[in-house]
Amino acid sequence: MKPLFRTCPKSGLVLHRDAENLIKANAVAAVVFLAVGGLLGLLVALTRWPSVHLLDAQRFYQVLTGHGVVTLLVWVIFFEIAVLYFCSAVLLRCRIAMPRVAWTAFVLMLVGAAITAVAIIQGGSSVMMTSYVPMPASPLFYLGLILFAVGALIGCFIFLGTLVIARDERTYEGSIPLVTFGALSACIIAIFTIASGAIILIPTFLWSVGYIGSVDPLMYRVIWWAMGHSSQQINVAAHVSVWYAIAAIVFGAKPLSEKVSRGAFLLYILFINLASAHHLLVDPGVGSEWKIFNTSYAMYLAVLASLVHGLTVPGSIEVAQRKKGLNGGLFEWLRKAPWGNPVFSGMFLSLVGFGFIGGISGVVMGVEQINFLVHNTIYVPGHFHGTVAIGTTLAFMALSFWLVPILFRRELIWPGLAKWQPWLFGIGTALQAFFMMGAGTLGVSRRHWDIAFTDALFDWAYSGLAYTMMALNGMSALMAVTGGLLFVLIMVGTIFFGRPSGVPAEYSAQRPATLLPPAPETGGHAGIGMGWLVAPGTFVLAMFLLVIFVVYYVINYAYLASLWKIS
Amino acid sequence: MSAIHPPAEKLWWKQPVDGVELTWIIIALTWCLIMFFAMPLWHVFGEQNYSGEAYNVLPEQHIARVEQMVQAHTVRHETDLQIPVVRPPAGSDVYLLARLWQWYPILELQKGQTYRLHLSSADWQHGFSLQPLNVNVQVLPGYDMVLTVTPTESGQFGLVCNEYCGIMHHTMLSRLYVVD
Repeated sequence: MKPLFRTCPKSGLVLHRDAENLIKANAVAAVVFLAVGGLLGLLVALTRWPSVHLLDAQRFYQVLTGHGVVTLLVWVIFFEIAVLYFCSAVLLRCRIAMPRVAWTAFVLMLVGAAITAVAIIQGGSSVMMTSYVPMPASPLFYLGLILFAVGALIGCFIFLGTLVIARDERTYEGSIPLVTFGALSACIIAIFTIASGAIILIPTFLWSVGYIGSVDPLMYRVIWWAMGHSSQQINVAAHVSVWYAIAAIVFGAKPLSEKVSRGAFLLYILFINLASAHHLLVDPGVGSEWKIFNTSYAMYLAVLASLVHGLTVPGSIEVAQRKKGLNGGLFEWLRKAPWGNPVFSGMFLSLVGFGFIGGISGVVMGVEQINFLVHNTIYVPGHFHGTVAIGTTLAFMALSFWLVPILFRRELIWPGLAKWQPWLFGIGTALQAFFMMGAGTLGVSRRHWDIAFTDALFDWAYSGLAYTMMALNGMSALMAVTGGLLFVLIMVGTIFFGRPSGVPAEYSAQRPATLLPPAPETGGHAGIGMGWLVAPGTFVLAMFLLVIFVVYYVINYAYLASLWKIS
Repeated sequence: MSAIHPPAEKLWWKQPVDGVELTWIIIALTWCLIMFFAMPLWHVFGEQNYSGEAYNVLPEQHIARVEQMVQAHTVRHETDLQIPVVRPPAGSDVYLLARLWQWYPILELQKGQTYRLHLSSADWQHGFSLQPLNVNVQVLPGYDMVLTVTPTESGQFGLVCNEYCGIMHHTMLSRLYVVD
């Protein structure tokens, strides 16, 4: 059977039929799990709102386990597999490698997620996403995760195989596009992640069924976090790629220089996974040299990469806007950006939220000594709602507003409401991150059913401000979940009820035309920007971020210095 | 739409770097290096560090050491359960046990004195969270974590468990006294 292709009349994308169906399936599964995970998250936030305190303790820990597994692993990885297939088969105009194997991978992921879900629902696996030994979960809990990971690993190899096919069949000329390059870095990070997961989850599964006597708790933490933290680094590489893609789609933006952007992705591959040490900074049994080298991604080289992307993505948008004539002042390019287009507003809120909230807090709490002040407090979920919920999830939502109508050949339903969706979700989540970080600074624990310590032998009262922050977190969660629900409804509604767009798809067995690079530009960036700065507005924003970063960092060390002496 | 197209120049690594980017990279890298060297420097000049001192210990060994200390230095008992309050001599080795769902015993330390605090768990993982200072460390079964601590203020402190340890996790709360 010859591969079949169609060309999307609006976007000009060329879609290979098998790839198209696989992307649809993975993206739909992702959205379904996002809906489940989001609702579980709402239950968590409402329970931690002290005056609401919705669930009983048993149900709370069960729901919290589900929320963590479903959103931090299942939702993002399903969507990332869709992104990998899109960045290979669609962007390179080629057939996808081994579609049947790719479907097997999809089924494995689905079955794995279902098995873990059953284990959690049965109630014997309320061990949190981290399942720290020696607290036992049902063997099914680990087995489901292992199957899910095997499926995802196969998905990574399908992506690599598709890159080989594209090169072999010369479907494009020159180097792979920057976005595909970023997806490739996400894929490499994913393979490391999944391998680490296998190394620790397989023995833990064997321990849970009785074949292995014990698993060392520290060894578990070291290797588990090489999976648990690195899986969030797949997200970073993937959502940065999505930022570049959206900048190109909405503005026709061109990277300031390919060398810098690609170099930053290379830094991710080399250094970003060292950061799993963030979770072991106040653990016994690992030395300070190990902690300092790893927590800093070897001299903060992955942070450097993120700071670079944080400049080049908006910088490329600024240059594109200035070239179109929006060259006035520092910020005319930004003021006159299409803020009503959810593809852009979602992407830009994701960028700003990831940098200012998730990024700064992550680096500061990852300082070896400052971690004393943060470890296991609700500051930690505050931080990673800034990275995973605002950074990754919102970027993926923004991409979906553009991609789902193309894949399903339907018009987006409720375009008026869609405009508001990124704002509701983005601001709601940003407030949540802020309030959780505030409560954590005041000492409130994460993963804790009752900060009033009902039935404890002693009492301890957190400050009134901490209680207020937890209540505000609950209210912000209502806003974020409204935004999330709106996203799910718009996606499902578009797929089922959206107006068919344009003519019916015609698939042809003819090979699509080779993807050619654009002609080299002449004249460069002459005549835009201020002085020698082509993107002065972005540069000012970047310096603003750096100033906040430095001030916040110094404040934390200063508070630490006022504490008891510890050595 | 260049980021989703092949780069205009095939040899993209030979493309010149933009001036804005180069300036930013230099600034950002400088900050990265400052942050990196701050951590080892704090080990030299700062007073809040964990040296990394730790040993393997069996739960029963740790429990035995706790009991020995309790018998030697208990000053009073608190609550209906008669939990001992222990006032160990300044400079000594102090043992604290984390277990489901209790910290044992209650410690009473002296302000300005230095103690070698040994933390370990008898069962699952726990989290030592001293409030309102908000100093937090991980407590693992099988590992004896040694923190050399010098309290710099007196008063009654809350000791929360902040690593999820099962259904009664929220009741795992104790006290720590620092006297003048």
